[in-house]
Amino acid sequence: MIAASNSVRVAAILASFFQGEHNSLHPAGPFSTNIEWLYWAIFWIVFVAFVLTILAFARASAKTYSRSEEMLPIMKNEEGDRKAKWAVGTAITITLLTLFAVLFMSVITGKKVEGMSSSNPVTIQITGHQWWWEVTYPNPQADQTVITANEIHIPVGKPVVILTSSADVIHSFWAPSVHGKRDLIPGYSSAFWIQADQPGTYPGRCAEFCGLQHAHMGFSIIAEDEATFEAWEQQQLQPASDPQSAETQHGREVFLTHTCVMCHTIRGTDAGSRVGPDLTHLASRKMIAAETLPNTTGALAGWIVDPQGIKPGNKMTPNPLAADDLNALVTYLRTLQ
Amino acid sequence: MAISEAIVLPQETSEARLERTWGRPRGFWGWFMNVHHTAIGVRFMVTSFIFFLLGGVLAAMMRFQLSRPENNAIGPDLYNQIFTVHGSTMIFLFAVPMMFQGFGVYVVPLICGTRNIAFPRLNAFSYYIYVVGGLLLWVGLFLKTGADAGWFSYVPLSGPEFTPGKRSDFWAQMITFTEVSALGVAICLATTILRQRAPGMTLNRMPVILWEKLVISFMVIFAMPAVMVVSSMLLMDRTVNTQFFNPANGGDVLLYQHLFWFFGHPEVYIIFLPGATIVSTLVPVFSRRHIFGYTAIITSVVATGFLGFGVWVHHMFATGIPQMSASFFTAATLMIVIPTAVQFYCWIATIWNGRLQLKLPMLWVFGFFFVFLIGGLSGVMLASVPVDWQVHDTFFVVAHFHYVLIGGALFPMFAGLYYWIPKMTGRMMNDLLGKIHFWLFFIGFNLTFFTMHFLGLRGMPRRVYTYPAEMDWGGLNMLASIGAIFMTAGLLVFMVNFFQSKATGKLAGRDPWKAGTLDWAVPSPPPAYNFLELPTVNGREALWDAAPNQPIVTGVRDDIPEVLITNSLDSEPQHKEELPGASIWPFLTSITVSIAFIWSIFSPWGIAYGAIPVVVTLIGWLWPRGHSPSPRQSVLEGKWTR
Amino acid sequence: MNPTRLIIAISLAASALMVACSREERVLRPSPSASQVVNEAQVSGLNPGANPLPTPPTPSIYEESAYAVSEGKTLFGQYNCSGCHANGGGGIGPPLMDNNWIYGSEPQNIFTTIVQGRPNGMPSFRNRIPEYQVWELVAFVRSLSGLLPKDVAPSRNDQLYVKPPEASMPKQTPVGITGKPSQ
Repeated sequence: MIAASNSVRVAAILASFFQGEHNSLHPAGPFSTNIEWLYWAIFWIVFVAFVLTILAFARASAKTYSRSEEMLPIMKNEEGDRKAKWAVGTAITITLLTLFAVLFMSVITGKKVEGMSSSNPVTIQITGHQWWWEVTYPNPQADQTVITANEIHIPVGKPVVILTSSADVIHSFWAPSVHGKRDLIPGYSSAFWIQADQPGTYPGRCAEFCGLQHAHMGFSIIAEDEATFEAWEQQQLQPASDPQSAETQHGREVFLTHTCVMCHTIRGTDAGSRVGPDLTHLASRKMIAAETLPNTTGALAGWIVDPQGIKPGNKMTPNPLAADDLNALVTYLRTLQ
Repeated sequence: MAISEAIVLPQETSEARLERTWGRPRGFWGWFMNVHHTAIGVRFMVTSFIFFLLGGVLAAMMRFQLSRPENNAIGPDLYNQIFTVHGSTMIFLFAVPMMFQGFGVYVVPLICGTRNIAFPRLNAFSYYIYVVGGLLLWVGLFLKTGADAGWFSYVPLSGPEFTPGKRSDFWAQMITFTEVSALGVAICLATTILRQRAPGMTLNRMPVILWEKLVISFMVIFAMPAVMVVSSMLLMDRTVNTQFFNPANGGDVLLYQHLFWFFGHPEVYIIFLPGATIVSTLVPVFSRRHIFGYTAIITSVVATGFLGFGVWVHHMFATGIPQMSASFFTAATLMIVIPTAVQFYCWIATIWNGRLQLKLPMLWVFGFFFVFLIGGLSGVMLASVPVDWQVHDTFFVVAHFHYVLIGGALFPMFAGLYYWIPKMTGRMMNDLLGKIHFWLFFIGFNLTFFTMHFLGLRGMPRRVYTYPAEMDWGGLNMLASIGAIFMTAGLLVFMVNFFQSKATGKLAGRDPWKAGTLDWAVPSPPPAYNFLELPTVNGREALWDAAPNQPIVTGVRDDIPEVLITNSLDSEPQHKEELPGASIWPFLTSITVSIAFIWSIFSPWGIAYGAIPVVVTLIGWLWPRGHSPSPRQSVLEGKWTR
Repeated sequence: MNPTRLIIAISLAASALMVACSREERVLRPSPSASQVVNEAQVSGLNPGANPLPTPPTPSIYEESAYAVSEGKTLFGQYNCSGCHANGGGGIGPPLMDNNWIYGSEPQNIFTTIVQGRPNGMPSFRNRIPEYQVWELVAFVRSLSGLLPKDVAPSRNDQLYVKPPEASMPKQTPVGITGKPSQ
């Protein structure tokens, strides 16, 4: 009975080894699926190589293990050495061929993952900041450019071009369900494709060490059908709605007369600084502080008051506001759909 | 006076005269004057082992912090310093100084059959400069100035804008110190191996360990300048406003990565090859036969030495270099598997056709086989560009390189320590405690690091000071942290074993393992002059292959520190050379050089003004010795027959 | 005494002594009082009737911490001080890297200037910037003319090279209003 429940528990633990959304082995797009296939192909090759080598060691050890204290070294074993030469030669040949196979598979998969083309794809510019992601959907018309942060909406089933750049240090853009990593390097810009085949939310994280809050630099990719994506895009292009109630009007007043305005933009108001994330549609996002906290009233208030307690070293200043100011500010920010 | 000397001297035995010539200087300053390779080698080992324990403490702190999600025990500022100093310590202050310098300096002259290392003062200087470099990093950590940009300190994060203060400068100068040390030792070892081998130890009869040390020395000589250049460029960017890594002024941040990894990947082999060296030395001893495939192994080692310089870009696959050029580095990386595979197969064949004795050092060699094999094979996975895109900079890579480095260096190191400590202290280590140490460490290691493969595949990036509970990484991290407890316990057992053996261990005698190399021809611990009678060699395993009346070298003077110089290829005796004796100047020079280096962190004038005392001490160092007769006698007084 | 032990003892003693050094201290989470925005400051040191000046902590944790000065440098750009003062050479506003101080070079003077604003264009940042950030800006502004020790002042940024960075600035002895303002 106990053994059975234990084995269930062990099985659960073993299964949990491969679970999780943010997972290289849970592909959701063609690129990550190709990579996953390659991963398992090479895995089984090296697994067999491991087993064979260990068996050879075990066989050799078992064959010649002796407890005897006979210390005289064996000076000649020509017969054995001749056989060993053949064995080693064969093993080297097999190794060589296997490595060629690995190289071949790797290059082919690499080509598949990189060689992609599409007319008129969605283009997204990702800029890494310490410690959040600026997401821009560039458009020749300035007022048609969507700017948001940490949440990347893409149409499902369509290839998307990601352009990379960094505002400060090297970051690395990594959403394992969609594609492998790409570094965002100051002074370099590069482009690569991503694609998600199923609607859903795919988490991503910064993978290159970028300073104090490297641990809290997440983002998410939200894949949705074409219509929803376009609706989202149109909605993001709108300026912030004007506050209706007295409280939200007070909240906007607090925003515009305190430290907030020094760093953040809310389009449709006087706040236009580009230091921190654009907050025009803050309430439409699921998470805040680069996927550190859920976007709820309580978390938002906590974040405004004590960001340095939650994410020490990040660039947001603490705002010990009076209770009514804080309530009004949070209520206002929660209206920014 | 003159008469009494004339009477006393002839009665003095050769042994006593040698003791007087080579003997360790006494007194407080004598410790700093000693230039004998056994003393310096042991110091390298002890110091680097202390740094290993310190780095281990940091590792334990990291495992403690990561054992639970959202843990607040260690903040990001301290955590970043901890993992940076852990990595830098383990690579620069432990792995290379222990595996290359420590074992090399201690063992190589003994196996060559000579009385001291070449350039013994440079060798002693290398030790002191290494200690200062290590202290710099660690004193920095205690002064809140611990380097915090990762062990490879990528710009721009480590650059002047994003690391204010002196943290990266301390790191960069620590690099300079340790690399000067490694370069010095590389020159000493290469010269010793090429010119001071016992007569008869031709290149074709050189034990594998000497071949590997020679290859590693050359790798050090070619790889270390790259990192010294890059750390100096970083230092100049930070202190004197150069623009090497500033893209706004035409600098290039990827230049840093190329230069760093041009050093960094050969560095991996500089750490692993000494481990392979120890394995290639121990496998024949405990299989009671000559190594199988001597030529194949030597060729593999030399090939690794060359190929090791051609794979550095596989650390940079995610930077967006084109698929085509990345594929070349995939090919090179897969190619370097072959020499390592050849060595593995030759070790198997040696055991297969030998008579295996599973003694304590061999147990650790078996640990190496298992652990390094996993590390090497996960390296094959990482060599593939697309797979690397997924697992790069995750805990999968952390797992991989701990399997490679702990497997390739630490397991062989313990094998080597259990094997050579009887030579160093003259006493055997306790067998049972050694086995407990092995199993605790082996189980703990695999628990900690095998788990990390899963963490990496499940998307946990490296170098995070904490992680959200929703990611569900907590259980695996806890498992990994439990493994760290086992490893710590294993290390404690080793320490107990060592001190107990040093105090009350069974006497080892000259050759407890009945091994074949010349280091076992001298008493344990070796006397100050190593060999009373300089040996000659008749085969690859000098002691096993010795003729019944193997000749000895005579005619080397015992009243001055003189060694026999042989030629590089067939080690025919060429001339005799007086080596420099005990001297305080290497120590004083290391102090003045340290002042100049550390001063340069704070002001570029440190290099200019700091050079003056360096010159003064160098003059003292190079002051001609008065008493030497003709240092280069081309005619041998003694007889030597092959 | 065994030399190894001596070395260990010396290094331990040295590190214990130097732990007090605050050059590398990084205060990531400022105290609640320092996080308050500043809404009161004195117009000039000659006006005894006004509210008391905030006194910088002595020794100033901001002027002694390389991290704080570097944060000040970042804020100088982010809060657009550079819009008028450029990289310290001045433009619309007066240069900050010379020895001429219209309203005084002491930290309190500069603090007041930032919070209160000054005639002819210097805006007031009252209520906009928490106190600790004002002090960081003050420390950086002083470093522009070489008034801070070289191991605290920032080095170059990853930007176009337009002037020697603060750590390389020769000290400009202030003229104009000098000396500490009366409390």
